[in-house]
Amino acid sequence: MSSIAVSTKTAPGPLDPRALAGETGMVERPRRRFLPFDPWHLFLAPLAAVMLLPLVWMVVTSLETLAQTRHFPPILWPGRLQFGNYAEAIHKSAFGTWFWNTTVVTVTIVVSNLIFCSLAAYAFARIRFLGRGVIYFVLLATLMVPLQVVLIPTFLIVKDLGLIDHLGALIVPNLVSVFGIFMLTQFFRTLPIELEEAARIDGASRLTILLRIVVPLSLPALATLAVIQFMWTWNDFLWPLVTILTNQNAFTLQLGLATFQGAHQTTWHLLAAANIMSMLPILVLFLAAQRFFVRGIATQGLKG
Amino acid sequence: MTRFRRFLVSDHLAGWTFILPSVVLVGLFGLVPIVWGLILSFQKAGLISPEREWVGFENYARILSDPKARQAAVNTISYTVLFVPISILLALFVAHALNRKIALIRFYRLAVFIPVVTSTIATGIMFLWLLDKNFGLANWLLDRIGVGPFGFFEDPHQAMGALVLMTVWGWLGFDTIIYLAALQGVPQELIEAAAIDGASRWSSFWRITWPMLGPATLLLVVWSTISALQLFDEVFFVTKGGPLGRTSVVVFYVYRLAFEQGLGGLSLAGYAAAIAYVLFLVILVLTLAQFWLGRRVIHYQS
Repeated sequence: MSSIAVSTKTAPGPLDPRALAGETGMVERPRRRFLPFDPWHLFLAPLAAVMLLPLVWMVVTSLETLAQTRHFPPILWPGRLQFGNYAEAIHKSAFGTWFWNTTVVTVTIVVSNLIFCSLAAYAFARIRFLGRGVIYFVLLATLMVPLQVVLIPTFLIVKDLGLIDHLGALIVPNLVSVFGIFMLTQFFRTLPIELEEAARIDGASRLTILLRIVVPLSLPALATLAVIQFMWTWNDFLWPLVTILTNQNAFTLQLGLATFQGAHQTTWHLLAAANIMSMLPILVLFLAAQRFFVRGIATQGLKG
Repeated sequence: MTRFRRFLVSDHLAGWTFILPSVVLVGLFGLVPIVWGLILSFQKAGLISPEREWVGFENYARILSDPKARQAAVNTISYTVLFVPISILLALFVAHALNRKIALIRFYRLAVFIPVVTSTIATGIMFLWLLDKNFGLANWLLDRIGVGPFGFFEDPHQAMGALVLMTVWGWLGFDTIIYLAALQGVPQELIEAAAIDGASRWSSFWRITWPMLGPATLLLVVWSTISALQLFDEVFFVTKGGPLGRTSVVVFYVYRLAFEQGLGGLSLAGYAAAIAYVLFLVILVLTLAQFWLGRRVIHYQS
């Protein structure tokens, strides 16, 4: 409302409707137009091109022949698209195994995080019990410790549990994340408590309240946790690298891709195809659930 | 009601039941390793070999006389000094540019955010190809404007720069999201009022918007410094610490000692743990210093 008032006051000329639609924090001040479009396009369009270039170039490469990839100057458009590269990449690698392993690990971790983080977060947000404050603080403190400090001892623990070279090594240490507990606790605290109190009086158990009242109200927060956890697990490299040592049947996508790169350094058309396939699930998820990603990344920043 | 039954329905039991799985898991894989890591750093120990021998501060003393550790420290510092300011300033400008309602804005935002969800391995493959010395698109494009050809990751003098370029590309979206959220929290009335008083866009940005972005900037400085000091995946996959050790950073060196050489039977896990703990200490001190400094210069909204 106030934006309109200001704009008309300072701009006697014809009003550009876009000038009125400025987002919060921005004032679109009318200025003389030299261009038929907003001048910011002159920065944003090249920026978008640069950001997308590595990805687009990878797609183009994945559709070229081996000879075309080895041509200089680079061939920008292959002419005949070699979709067969994708089949060949799958055939020449254990792509199916890597994909399946990554899916199993990721889905297990996302589901278990949703369950365990919700349970803990609900207790921290709503139940008064002995040691609550201390334990919450100690859990949060572990967030401060960088991975490389705990890498060696965690490896030794996982080794003692006999999990090295098994998918369990990737799953068990990540069944619950402190970040998830923290995020959900903060969210649960913002929910109105009256409904829960009414349910308590009616004799509902804590678990019933969590499942029937809190969880349905928290779907956006749970979705945010799910996509962030999915992204972390799907893309993780360091932990699979140190725990899956020799058993190729337990390779994840990132691990497989890294070894595939080592073995096929010169066949870029296949490498590009494998790479595109490895990114596809996360890109599709990102396009479908963009706002949860953005919110999750913003909160991930806030935990620091 | 017996005492036992009262305990069964109490909030203490309910609370502990709810947090038990998390406490056990975080305890075993979060807390125990922190203590164990510290203990290891005072031992001569291997990953595979059962050898465990107390050596006091020997591992810590050894760091000072290890030229490879010094090289790793220098590389880590130069990476951090380049990465942190470049990525944050660029993100500030990009967030400012993206904070407007113009045609295609959703597409522009998408383009900036997509690298955030791309794994480091996928990013590494894309940049190895783009910056390939012989067949890379980058050398061809640069050749058209009359520069190059560059060796990028293969040139000892350019590898660090190429690494910075690649990681800025990967991180820009993250920083931009934080800045964009902060920018949308700046009250429009203030900027309008300044505009009525005749303030230029430039001065209203530096006098109003920039101070209000203080908390976001602090957060990004702290966060980027922490992650820059812990750089690993990109180095491991793309440059292997080379060429000539020019990109061997601290965490990469820790990995080499503990895992590559440790799995070969050498007992360097204790030494590696000591380096990791020193890095942790440096990060902790830097973070506290940054927060302390930030508190003094940043204006927090009440």
